[in-house]
Amino acid sequence: MSNPKSDGGERKYKVVGTRPIRHDGLDKVTGRANYGADLALPGMLHGAILRSPHAHARIKKIDVSKALAMPGVKAIVTGADFPEIGSGGMAAGESHIDPKDLQANIMARGKALYHGHAIAAVAATSVEQAREACKMIAVDYEVLKPVLSLEQALAKDAPILHEGRKAVGVPPLPEGDTNIMMRLANAKGDVDAAFKTADVVVEGWYEASMAHQGYIEPHATVVTTRENGQAEIWCSTQGPFAVKSMVAVTLQLDPNLIRVTPSEIGGGFGGKTTIYLEPVALLLSQKARRPVKMVMSREEVFRATGPTSGTRIWAKLGVKKDGSFVAADTRMEFEAGAFAGSPMGAATMTVFASYNFPNFRLEGLDIVVNKPKVAAYRAPGAPNAAYAIETVIDEAAEKLGMDPIELRLKNAVKEGDVASYGPKFDRIGFVECLQAAKNHPHYKAPLGKNQGRGVGAGFWFNVGLQSSATVSINDDGSAVVRTGNPDIGGSRASMAITVAEEIGIPVERVRPLVGDTDTVGYCDLTGGSRVTYATGMAVIEASKIVIEHLRARAATIWGCEVDAVEWRDGQAIGTNGASDNKPLTVADIAKQMGHTGGPIIASASVNPPAAGPGFGVHICDVEVDPETGRTTVARYTVVQDAGKAVHPSYVEGQLQGGAAQGIGWALWEEYLFDKDGKMENPGFLDYRMPVASDLPMIDTVVVEVPNPLHPYGVRGVGETPIVPPLATVGNAVSRAIGVRMHQLPMTPPRVLDAIETKKG
Amino acid sequence: MESVRYEAPNDVEAAVRLLAADAGAKVLSGGTDLIVQMRIMNRVPTVFVDVKRIPRLSALALDAKGLRAGAAVPAARIYENEAIRQLWPGLAEATDLIGSSQIQGRATWAGNLCNASPAADSVPALIACGATAVVAGPKGERRVPVEQINTGPGKTSLAPGEFIVEFEIPAPAPHASDAYQRLIPRSEMDIAVVGVGVALTLDAGGVVTAARVVLGAVAPTAILVPEAAAALVGTKCEEAALERAGQAATAAAKPIDDRRGTVAYRKKISAVLTKRVAKQAYERAKAR
Amino acid sequence: MAKIQVQTTINGEQLDFLCDGQQSLLSALRDELGLTGTKEGCSTGDCGACSITLDGQLVPACLVLAAEAEGREIGTVEGVAQGSGLHPIQRKFLEHAALQCGVCTPGLIVATRALLLKNPNPTEAEARYYLAGNLCRCTGYDKIIKAVLDAAASMRGESA
Repeated sequence: MSNPKSDGGERKYKVVGTRPIRHDGLDKVTGRANYGADLALPGMLHGAILRSPHAHARIKKIDVSKALAMPGVKAIVTGADFPEIGSGGMAAGESHIDPKDLQANIMARGKALYHGHAIAAVAATSVEQAREACKMIAVDYEVLKPVLSLEQALAKDAPILHEGRKAVGVPPLPEGDTNIMMRLANAKGDVDAAFKTADVVVEGWYEASMAHQGYIEPHATVVTTRENGQAEIWCSTQGPFAVKSMVAVTLQLDPNLIRVTPSEIGGGFGGKTTIYLEPVALLLSQKARRPVKMVMSREEVFRATGPTSGTRIWAKLGVKKDGSFVAADTRMEFEAGAFAGSPMGAATMTVFASYNFPNFRLEGLDIVVNKPKVAAYRAPGAPNAAYAIETVIDEAAEKLGMDPIELRLKNAVKEGDVASYGPKFDRIGFVECLQAAKNHPHYKAPLGKNQGRGVGAGFWFNVGLQSSATVSINDDGSAVVRTGNPDIGGSRASMAITVAEEIGIPVERVRPLVGDTDTVGYCDLTGGSRVTYATGMAVIEASKIVIEHLRARAATIWGCEVDAVEWRDGQAIGTNGASDNKPLTVADIAKQMGHTGGPIIASASVNPPAAGPGFGVHICDVEVDPETGRTTVARYTVVQDAGKAVHPSYVEGQLQGGAAQGIGWALWEEYLFDKDGKMENPGFLDYRMPVASDLPMIDTVVVEVPNPLHPYGVRGVGETPIVPPLATVGNAVSRAIGVRMHQLPMTPPRVLDAIETKKG
Repeated sequence: MESVRYEAPNDVEAAVRLLAADAGAKVLSGGTDLIVQMRIMNRVPTVFVDVKRIPRLSALALDAKGLRAGAAVPAARIYENEAIRQLWPGLAEATDLIGSSQIQGRATWAGNLCNASPAADSVPALIACGATAVVAGPKGERRVPVEQINTGPGKTSLAPGEFIVEFEIPAPAPHASDAYQRLIPRSEMDIAVVGVGVALTLDAGGVVTAARVVLGAVAPTAILVPEAAAALVGTKCEEAALERAGQAATAAAKPIDDRRGTVAYRKKISAVLTKRVAKQAYERAKAR
Repeated sequence: MAKIQVQTTINGEQLDFLCDGQQSLLSALRDELGLTGTKEGCSTGDCGACSITLDGQLVPACLVLAAEAEGREIGTVEGVAQGSGLHPIQRKFLEHAALQCGVCTPGLIVATRALLLKNPNPTEAEARYYLAGNLCRCTGYDKIIKAVLDAAASMRGESA
């Protein structure tokens, strides 16, 4: 399908933009909804994983004999049970995954590369028994020195995680063994010469800690296998089709044998776009010939899944007195965790995307360390990049004595500008967002004592990718819409709204379903802020075909040409000689389906190559206790271009949720490791995510600059809101205390240190 | 895995017998530390001795002499008691700070004390108020000042077979009150980086006649700081007196570096909070 | 040790189950009784997803032993809806779009019911502090708090 042109925002909507009760809501407020850990099957075994107690170690020998002899133990797998596979890329949503690394992350082979790395797994008749058996597995380790920071990874004599693996990317690349897995670079113009023409130059290093997605539901799966090789996988995932292909590649199975049913998903934020347990449970199930359930503990979630990269980013900005940017330069170091594949690439593409820089230069490094392998986290890489660039912009505004929004307005990208990462921007809403922020009462409100106000902006590409949808009409005139995208935050409602809008039936009469990999057409995963945009477009297309069917059926009933039947407001209306007929509703036509050609059903698929980027501008007021360095968020406002909000409540929810995650990352959340590389805070007690009393109401302004690539003008909204907060909160704290902060999270001791350093 | 024995005795004597008979037996009250430790650190008791069915341990009695609170009374029942909030506002607040609302439906003073974390919120407040623990054991009952229960992180002075039955808190004098504050990065749900409890008694003219200043999370146990108390006695908690008390608190603090705070930061905050808490206790005492 | 037999009342219904001494009430509810509406997010009492009431007191089911339930009254999310209709708290959560992924929702609804029984007219701050033990990673809490305050008003008869 080609990308339809937008209706330019002139279309009058009946259902789009309303706020119906979400269709899956009832089951979720009554406890009926089934999440990953909620399935139990007859004869089911329980799996547990033995994890490495070392951050870096060679696995010399694994002896499972004692464990296997324990009562109730039915199967054990280790790395040796996984097939050998070669390297090579596979697409996984927004990122590329090396199947060999994917497999080695799921179950260590040869080396344990982080504390918590899976070494072996047991299936037994109870979870407790499986855990007890894990303790009886004897592993002989040769403990190696761990690499626990970017600095250590880049040191001359650094221990090497992946011996013999060469760096790839843009030269110059390191020779020989290295922990740098990839180097990217890009430049435009003569940066050094341009800096000399600048009136104000600011630069600094900005560090952010590894942070976890923090979904409340731990990873969980139940796998059943059959003698003919078939496997049924139930799991909590953002992408059932992705699970299918990733399980197939890691186990070298024919994907046709695998069926994946997504459970309700208790949060993902990118962290459930990859797999951890599924192939393990599958192998255990094959060995034991019984269904196997595996559920991670919270500690396992922290130690061995997620997080996103810790980063060290240096940024330099040159500005003229009038506020125009003349040059920018950056070096970005990303912790990939134990295997290559940090979101450094996206960071290099987003870092300069929001502004026109006549000259820029950038370098990005993907660096392995003995920490958990990072997974996608909401706009992967972009918050880290924005933290650096949006902070130096704020500092430049201070030095120029200029309003920080004015400075951004002066340099903001607009329609027709060429983005730093290549393409020319179509219609975008950055300027509109900046203006809305500037005019917001929050921006004009007076500040109290010890308070500071920060502003920050953010950009995210959003993605299109492949989606399909099926719409069918029931004999009572109600409809069903099926897609393959797990509903992570209200997408069932937006799919139903779309069908209701197109066909003209009440939204309550549309039942939105999320299917498994055998019952719905292929859909790329729920991620990249793509579902309402891309899957929504497939639903629009399918609905349009259904309307064609409905018109044809009306024509059959009336005995006229199809061209004489118009579809308006959910009714077939006769024109040109058929106008004497009483209009037919969907229900009227559905009632007669059996006499007019049979069931009415239509499918459609889309594969939009682009999505229409999202921009957001955040405003934050903080209050800092000058004696303790403790920061309180006093007020927060999110402005974002949604293109067109299909269900405004869930758009606002995305904006608020993204801001909250960013605030947590800025102020409280961090991965703490001891000197041996053991995570010290693998629980919600000390991995400090925001709680209800930490946050104020989060005001939202939904700007609607229609996306020309979507019939309604929809833009993805899920990821952009986590991009600005790191810098926004950082800028607020820096302005409150009068000294620039360079490290996240801005814990009370760090802020107090900064205050006291300023005092001297 | 074998099922662990669970016992729910109805009287103190039966509980003592169960605890004395098996060194691996553990008192189960709120379970908010015990069950977490079983799960995370694999410390599985041989017998759970659930003391919540012993009437005396779930009783709450207030009279002119003070409060007698059963050791198994959950935090929520304590701070929701209006009379307790009036008489010991600091102790009530400290109790209200133990974990979430859910945790407060389970957690007890006795558990907070016997878990022996140096950062327990209710402990500095209990010590400031002069609370005594009534301990039952194979040799009968004994009364122990709360500050003598903890001997180090995870360690108590309780002998095998002993457990806390109830707490006695003397009624405050006419112009006396208390306060407790802690420093945490978030607003809730964190473990104290520093906690300070202060109880003050004033004369009719507003001069401090008695003071107890207790620091939490800055030493192996909660510590009484007599030098800080001495700095407040004889004053009206003017800035200079508060400053001296704060300095005494910093001097007395012997914290460690850990994931929740550094030595230097904890020492500084000991002073900041001591001043703030002493001032709050003073204002409250004056208003009584 | 043999299993322990427990007789208890759950959402008004008398039930028996068998458990191990160390088994949590959360595990008994989910694995023995099939009441999977109560969710497990951490098993250390830090997330609130397993909030239930025990003799009317809000508690984390992960930190209650199943054996302790003997003779007690347990309330779970499955028992919140009244008759054929939803409880006002559930209705307001839906109306305010106070859930995204929904996995924290059962715990929040049980906790909110406990809050409003104690305090029918909470301020925003009181609601936020009472519910601080219920982690939600999706919403930023804004719509949850609005739903809670609106549910309170509705239950006081001040709005529809």
